Amino acid sequence: MSLPHEAEVVERIEETSTIFTLRLRFTDPVIRGQYRFIPGQFNMLYLYGVGEIPISIVSDPLDAHMLDHTIRNVGRVTAGFAQLKAGDRIGVRGPFGRGWPMQQAEGKNVVVITGGLGCAPVVSVIHYVLRRREQFHRLIIMQGVKHGDDLIWREQYEAWSKLPDTQVLLAADQGGPLWPWRVGNVSMLFDEAHLNGYESVVMMCGPEGMMLASIPELRKRGVADEHIWLSMERNMQCGAGKCGHCQHGGHFVCKDGPVFALPDIAPLLGVRGF
Amino acid sequence: MQPRFLPRAHLSTLLEKLHANGFITVAPQLIDDAILYRPIESVDKLPHGVSVEQQPGSYRILHHDDQRCFAWANGPQALKPLTFLPEETLWQARRDAQGSLVFDAPSRPPKPIAVLGVRSCDIAAHQLQHAHFLGGVTRDEAFDAHQAALFIIAVNCSHPAATCFCASTGDGPSCSGGYDLLLDELDEGFVVQSGSARGASLLAELPLQALTPGQSDATAAQRQQAAAVQSRRLPSRNLRAALFASLDHPRWQSVAERCLACGNCTSVCPTCFCHSEHDEAEMSGEASKHLRRWDSCFTTGHSYIHGVVIRASIAQRYRQWLTHKLGSWHDQYGRSGCVGCGRCIAWCPVGIDITEEATAICGEVAS
Repeated sequence: MSLPHEAEVVERIEETSTIFTLRLRFTDPVIRGQYRFIPGQFNMLYLYGVGEIPISIVSDPLDAHMLDHTIRNVGRVTAGFAQLKAGDRIGVRGPFGRGWPMQQAEGKNVVVITGGLGCAPVVSVIHYVLRRREQFHRLIIMQGVKHGDDLIWREQYEAWSKLPDTQVLLAADQGGPLWPWRVGNVSMLFDEAHLNGYESVVMMCGPEGMMLASIPELRKRGVADEHIWLSMERNMQCGAGKCGHCQHGGHFVCKDGPVFALPDIAPLLGVRGF
Repeated sequence: MQPRFLPRAHLSTLLEKLHANGFITVAPQLIDDAILYRPIESVDKLPHGVSVEQQPGSYRILHHDDQRCFAWANGPQALKPLTFLPEETLWQARRDAQGSLVFDAPSRPPKPIAVLGVRSCDIAAHQLQHAHFLGGVTRDEAFDAHQAALFIIAVNCSHPAATCFCASTGDGPSCSGGYDLLLDELDEGFVVQSGSARGASLLAELPLQALTPGQSDATAAQRQQAAAVQSRRLPSRNLRAALFASLDHPRWQSVAERCLACGNCTSVCPTCFCHSEHDEAEMSGEASKHLRRWDSCFTTGHSYIHGVVIRASIAQRYRQWLTHKLGSWHDQYGRSGCVGCGRCIAWCPVGIDITEEATAICGEVAS
């Protein structure tokens, strides 16, 4: 197994009361220069003496010298990361896994569908498309959250919604005051996305229930299964397909995924216990 | 080379030659009422006159007035703990005086180990572990270091247990490769042959005799008998389709009512590779080890992810284990992950029998 490399926390950005972004930079300039990743890949982040967890990279590949990781404070290691401040040192191994099919998406609509904090692995896709706008057709961003207050990067969504050929469709199960978008779940947004008649590549991330509900809506609107991509989440401890925790049928999600084309994982998708 | 004969009195010479060639020899011994593989200094420590009776949920040692020392099928472990260690440090982190983190790889100086008495099922399992840890993009350095130093002296299984079904998985009872030396035990000594250049050069140092036609016939008969006595079997060598077509079979629930989710089966399974990673900081705070330990898909922690357990019920965990072992292993490594050693049957505290469960779920699929 490769050793972690030391990285410095350049900044810790508070997104909500429980969600924060660590902006990291390798301290070794040689590593910084060699490091490459594609959107959808993840790193194993190591907190000294505490543990190591997989976190997807949300920043743009062109900024590989500065790696952003958006983290929700839910466990022992993330609680430790939440305490870090600029200048602190952690370990980083990676990148791991198969990322989003950015080449397949060239010249087509890019449809990003997320739920909950699922937006983190696809935010890198949004940045990627916006930075190379001429390579893609329309950008459609669909996001569902439980409560309006759970939406992070709200200003960003508002800014994206004003860009040409970019559509932002948001839904919250409970909107709350000052929620300007839809109340309900993601599947109610499809009619507004106007996918019929265009070739679209869909990139989904978030709760499996949300992804399962979206698939028939996409098929109804003519999106081919091979153009529907999902990022899967499972327990990952090694990142190299050895420790066995992330198995989903015959796939090791950490190395065969985390991004899969729908036909590759369809047989077990939504089967409880896998 | 042609098989030759090593008189029983010269088994000690084999041990001496291994020692002279720099090997630590690990061999089966009777410890705590089980056959365990441990470092050995003298052939006297081998389990002479010992046989083992295995049944679902039962492993019992029997003593006989007999010279044979390999007249039993297996113990709870063999090669796996030597190459995939139950616990092992993967790397160590320390803070230097400037507050920087420094990561060090553990040094693994070569420690040549000769293992005497390896069964065909365990060689097959070792090859599967080899495919898992060393195949694909990432080589597991720890496994690689340990396996590179192994010298395997196989002994064909002459006394399969009632729990054994290697003949049905195609992994035994006689070895077809993967060894440096191969022995068949007869009353008066051993029929020996080499399977590698290292094995051949070691054999050249031994006082071997020509094999008599009687010894040759006795060996063939013993091999045939060892296959013939096995009564358990899996319905097919490839149950992938049958298992994944039966994910809602009521048997998953009925086996879950018996299964304690203790993880004994995964601990004794020679192919199970799951491990968890942990960090242990020194009390001084100056260094912290990142290590791995064997893990089991029968624990709730195995499928835990940010507040959710994917396999909360025992039925889901047993189904994960069996559909992986006999099903999705085909996707990963081109064959079943079961070598028919029967350990999961004998060491299960409630005697759950993988052949019985697989047959109940898949039916009698033609092989």
